[in-house]
Amino acid sequence: MMMIFGKPAPLLFGQLLLGIINGSFYAMLSMGLAIIFGLLNIINFAHGAMFMVGAFVTWGLFNYLGIGFWPALILAPLIVGAFGLLLERAFIQRIYKLDILYGLLLTFGMAEALEGLSTNYFGSSGVSYDTPDALSGVWNLGFMYLPVYRGFVIFAAAIICFSVWFAIEKTRLGALLRAATENPALVQSFGVNVPRLIALTFAGGVGLAALAGVLAAPLYSVTPDMGANLINTVFAVVVIGGMGSIGGAILTGFALGIIEGFTDVFYPPGSAVVVFVVMAVVLIARPAGLFGKAA
Amino acid sequence: MFGFSKGQLIAFLLMVAAVAVAPFVFYPIVVMQVMCYALFAMGANLLMGSVGLLSLGQSAYFGLGGYVCGYLVQTTGLTPELGIVAGGAAGAALGVLFGWLVIRRQTIYFAMITLALAQIVYFAAVQDINFTGGENGIQGIPRGALFGRLSLNNDLAMYVLVAVIFLAGFLFVHRIVHSPFGQVVKAIRENEPRAISLGYKAEQYKWIIFILAAALAGVAGATKAMVMGIETLSDVGATTSGLVVLMVLLGGIGTIFGPVIGALIVVGMQFYLSQFGAWVVVIQGGIFMACVLVFRRGAIGELAYRLRAAL
Repeated sequence: MMMIFGKPAPLLFGQLLLGIINGSFYAMLSMGLAIIFGLLNIINFAHGAMFMVGAFVTWGLFNYLGIGFWPALILAPLIVGAFGLLLERAFIQRIYKLDILYGLLLTFGMAEALEGLSTNYFGSSGVSYDTPDALSGVWNLGFMYLPVYRGFVIFAAAIICFSVWFAIEKTRLGALLRAATENPALVQSFGVNVPRLIALTFAGGVGLAALAGVLAAPLYSVTPDMGANLINTVFAVVVIGGMGSIGGAILTGFALGIIEGFTDVFYPPGSAVVVFVVMAVVLIARPAGLFGKAA
Repeated sequence: MFGFSKGQLIAFLLMVAAVAVAPFVFYPIVVMQVMCYALFAMGANLLMGSVGLLSLGQSAYFGLGGYVCGYLVQTTGLTPELGIVAGGAAGAALGVLFGWLVIRRQTIYFAMITLALAQIVYFAAVQDINFTGGENGIQGIPRGALFGRLSLNNDLAMYVLVAVIFLAGFLFVHRIVHSPFGQVVKAIRENEPRAISLGYKAEQYKWIIFILAAALAGVAGATKAMVMGIETLSDVGATTSGLVVLMVLLGGIGTIFGPVIGALIVVGMQFYLSQFGAWVVVIQGGIFMACVLVFRRGAIGELAYRLRAAL
């Protein structure tokens, strides 16, 4: 058997794969957080809950309506995005003028309520969602076996991340968003409906979280706390990457997933905390994060 | 005395009376829990109210205090009062370390970093089974005898100890806030650049407050571990951090009686609504949102506003 650094190669590649997959979710979620933070100036604590709702909606679409995985990739983000729009109009828009911490507390309460509700309906052990037929099976790559669905998730995450990055950095709509982030009053005076832009941005960010949830449904078991478990790590990713940089959020997400995977090979007990340790080190060396501007 | 105004003194005496009567009216264990969480919330309120920093990782100090106290009392036969002191010291020590890391950061960064640091402590607690007992926690912590003489196995005896710790903690926090030190902290909160230009080292003041909050959390966690005879992962988890923020918010940020009322409401709600299972979490989330949207002054804050007095 081939050995690398004294570890069997298949183990190493397996963990690398796992790391990239986790990193895909970190990247997708921290990207949405960064977008919402940029325009709304709110740390969306309910982001993990939206991810979880996305996964449950995917499950519900199939079990109640017989709608499969592929349509769910479009439908679930739309449904959750619409739900996010509702939340923004009903609650979040009321606190824009307040201290930034109130946004965090409000969405924290939202996350708690959503998790409690889903625990009531689905139980804390949750439900499971089958891998779509077209993506079941395993590829033999020669040096390792790659389950097709996992390959698909990495591929999909890369495309999603690139599209969002492209949309925000290179298109007119993205330019508008960035302008509204810098100076909402000025953009409003140019005839842009900024409140609507903000509401739609929140819906979009939340929809992204739901899209990640759809991808996660066949991979992990769909449980009420799946988002809460992930979101703490994602916050650390955001701190490491630095707020407000979409590209930074994506790169940091993937990188930390991989670091986490490798830590699991060389020092298993450290894998759960390595992200937080990296965060502490980065904070000492670069307080604004790797890609962020001083805050 | 202790810088109380007339209204505060009346409120304080009412509280002492309530503490004295409560064990004969309510289940003493629940009242003791309220007092432990109130102590915990007073520390968090020091941070949120006096300095304006929201920590989402207070459970780290609370849980560590409980684990250190429980472990020492159970394995080395330390007396309860020394166990609680050790728990407070452990919380303070962790506060020194984590405070050094986070104190330069502001608002949301501060909140997220404290949360992430608390996650380290949580995962360490999950894995260091010899110390924390992992999933099982430390069970059957003996209450022992105060100073090696007075047995605390009777709930009422334990109650007196907890009440003394709680009231002493309350007066201590009040004294801190109204001391010259506390006035400087307030000045920093109101206008940090100006306080710095006057020669105050703002970061050090904030750091000390952070350590005090951690120490109070440690004492509270240790006392709770002694009361319940058990210390588990839930005390060190993120939910507990959220709970203490809810208590402060509900009672009124920056008020001196707020954390006590907040703890009373939250613990009471958990106790009396426990039959509804996960609905408690939903209700808590709803209260959180309601507090932020329409009730930002909190119960005591609202009362103080109506009475035009500082409470």
